[in-house]
Amino acid sequence: MLDDRKLKKNPFSLQLNAEDFLPASADEKQSLVVMRESTTYWKDAVRRLRKNKVAMVAFAVIILVMFCAFIVPSFYPYHYDQQIRGSEDLRPMQYSEMELKSISQGKSVFPHVFGTDSFGRDLGIRVMIGARISLLVGLIASFLVLLIGSIYGAIAGYFGGKVDMVMMRIVDIIYSVPDMLIIILLQVTLKTPLTNLFDSNPAFAGLQKVGVGLISIFITFSLLYWVGMARIVRGQIMTLKEQEFVTAAKALGASNRQIIAKHLLPNCIGTLIVTTTLQIPSAIFTEAFLSYLGLGVAIPMASLGSLASDALGGISAFPYRLIVPSVAISLIILSFNLFGDGLRDAFDPKLKK
Amino acid sequence: MIKYVIKRVAYALLTIFLISIITFTLMNMIPGGPFLSEKAVSPETTQALKIKYGLDKPLPVQYINFMNNFIHGDFGLSIKQTGRTANDIIFSTFPVSAKLGGISILVALILGVVMGSVAALNRGRWADSLLMVISTLGIAVPSFVVASFLLITFGVNLHMLPTLGLKTPLHYIMPVAALSFYPTAYITRLMRSSMLDALNQDYIRTAKAKGVNKFVMLFKHAMRNAIIPVITYVGPLLAYTMTGSFVVEKIFTIPGLGREFINCITGRDYPMVMSTTIFLAVLLVFMNVLVDICYKLVDPRIKLK
Repeated sequence: MLDDRKLKKNPFSLQLNAEDFLPASADEKQSLVVMRESTTYWKDAVRRLRKNKVAMVAFAVIILVMFCAFIVPSFYPYHYDQQIRGSEDLRPMQYSEMELKSISQGKSVFPHVFGTDSFGRDLGIRVMIGARISLLVGLIASFLVLLIGSIYGAIAGYFGGKVDMVMMRIVDIIYSVPDMLIIILLQVTLKTPLTNLFDSNPAFAGLQKVGVGLISIFITFSLLYWVGMARIVRGQIMTLKEQEFVTAAKALGASNRQIIAKHLLPNCIGTLIVTTTLQIPSAIFTEAFLSYLGLGVAIPMASLGSLASDALGGISAFPYRLIVPSVAISLIILSFNLFGDGLRDAFDPKLKK
Repeated sequence: MIKYVIKRVAYALLTIFLISIITFTLMNMIPGGPFLSEKAVSPETTQALKIKYGLDKPLPVQYINFMNNFIHGDFGLSIKQTGRTANDIIFSTFPVSAKLGGISILVALILGVVMGSVAALNRGRWADSLLMVISTLGIAVPSFVVASFLLITFGVNLHMLPTLGLKTPLHYIMPVAALSFYPTAYITRLMRSSMLDALNQDYIRTAKAKGVNKFVMLFKHAMRNAIIPVITYVGPLLAYTMTGSFVVEKIFTIPGLGREFINCITGRDYPMVMSTTIFLAVLLVFMNVLVDICYKLVDPRIKLK
C-alpha cells in the first residue's frame, strides 16, 4: 500500500515503495480469499436435510424407536416370553394382587405400562420386541434389495445391448408377478425345508435363532423386490456411462468391474440411499401383513402384526392391546416414509415438488 | 399398436407360465402331503388317494396334466373340501371379492381424484395442508390396522354397523372403507402433484387468457391431462385391493376368494392352491396389460414401443 506521508510528492513518480513487495502475511492472505469453503455433495445434502424440519422430526422418531427396540429390552425388568402367573389380563399401569403384596412389603415392582396379555406377558416389552423385528426386517430386506438390485441394474445398464435386453425382460417378468401371492406361497412352503436344513447343518445354527419365518421373508424379498431398484439404477448408469470420466477410466485400462464398482455406482449414491430408505417401510409393511395373517414370526416371538392380530380376540374388553401395536407400526412406517422423502429432497433437489 | 399388444400379451403369457412353474415347484417342496391327518391312514389308502388325485405320477407329468386341464377350464378337485371342485369354489367366492374390490377401487378413484384436485387448487392454503396431512397418514397406516379400528369403533363399541359378511349395502361400508383407505391417500397425492403440473402448463394460461369458463378449463383442459398418472396406478391398485382383501375378508368374515386362498394354503390343498394362484395371477397380469394399453391409448404423446 502507498504510504501517503512519504510519497505525497508526485503521483506519477516511478519511485517504488519497498514495503509493497514484502511477502504477504497469513492474515492478508486470508483476507484475499473471496471463496467460501467448498462444500462437498455430502455436506450440501446434509445441510439441506437439516433444514427440513419434518425429516428431522422423523429421523428423531426413528432413533427413538431404535433405542426402544434394541437397547431398552436389555435392561427392561420383564422378558417378552415371560409369563407372570397371576398377572394375566392386567390393564395399563395396573398391578396384580401378588405384585401389590410385594409393593406393600416395600419391594419396587416395575409397572406394566401397557398392561399384560392373557398369558401374563408384559405388553410393553412385547411391543418393543415387535418393533425390533419390524426394524430388522426393514433394514435387512432393504439391504438385500440394495445389493442385488444395484449390481443387477448396473450390469444391465453398463453393458447395454443384448445383455441389457435379456436382463431387463427378466426384470419385466418378475415385476408383473403378483408379489403378495408368491410371498405367501414362499412363506408357507419354505418353512419346513428351512427348519430341516437348520436342524441338520450346524453351520446354520446361528440362523435358526433368527427364526425360519424371518429368513423366508428375507428370501422372498431378495427374490422379488429388487426389480424396482434394478430399474432405477440401470437408468442412472445408462446416462452416467456416457460421461467423460468413464472414457478416461477406460483409456487408463480400468476393467469393467472397476468401472462399475469404483466409478459408476458411487456416482448414484444419492439415488441408492433414497431408494433403499423408501424400501424400508414397504418391507416393514409386508412383514406386519404376513404376521397378521399368521404367516410371519413363530410363537412366542412377537411382531407388531401378530400382536395386532392376537388382540382381535379380546377386542371389546382390551382395545388398547390393538391400539398400541397399531400405533407403533403406523409411526414406524410414517417416519421412514417422511425421512425418505426428506432424503430425496436433500439428495436430488430437482425432484422436489 | 397391434404389435405392441401382441408383445405385451406374449410377455403376460410368459409371466403366467413362470408363476405356474414357481407355484408348482413350491407346492411340491412342502414335506407332508395333504393326506396327513391326526388319524393314521394306511399306506394303501394314501396310495389310492394319490392315484385318485393324480399325485402318483412323476412331477412333470403332473404339471402338464394340471395345465392341460386348467387351459380347458377344469381347475381340478379340492382335496380338503371333499366333493367340491376348484371351479365351484373359485366361481362362488370370486364374485364376492370382485364386487368388494370393484367398489373399493371406484371409491378410491373418485375420492382420490376429487381430494387431490381440491388440494392442488388450494395450494398452500389450509385445505391443502389438511388433505396432505391426511393422505400422508393414510399411506403409513396398514389396511389391517384401519380395518381393526373400524371394527372396534363402529362395530363393537357403537354398534352402528354390522361386522359379519356382506348381506346388505350397510355391510359394505366398513370393508370398503378399510380397503380404499390406502389407495385413496395415494391417489390424492398423485393427483395433487400432477394437477399442479397441469395447472402450470402454458395451455392453461392460454385458456385463461381466452376467458374460458373456470369449470371448462378445470375439467376439460387440466383434469384430462392430470388424470393420466392416476390411470397408471390402477394396475398396482388392482393388486393392492386383491391382496388387501386377504386381511379384510379375514377380519370381516367375508366369504371371498382371499379368505379361501389363505385357508387352502394353510390346509395344503395342492390343487386348490395351484388353481387359485394361477387364477389370480392370470387375472392380475391381464388386467395390468389392459391398463397399460388403455394408458397408451389415452395419452397419444406416449410412443408405442
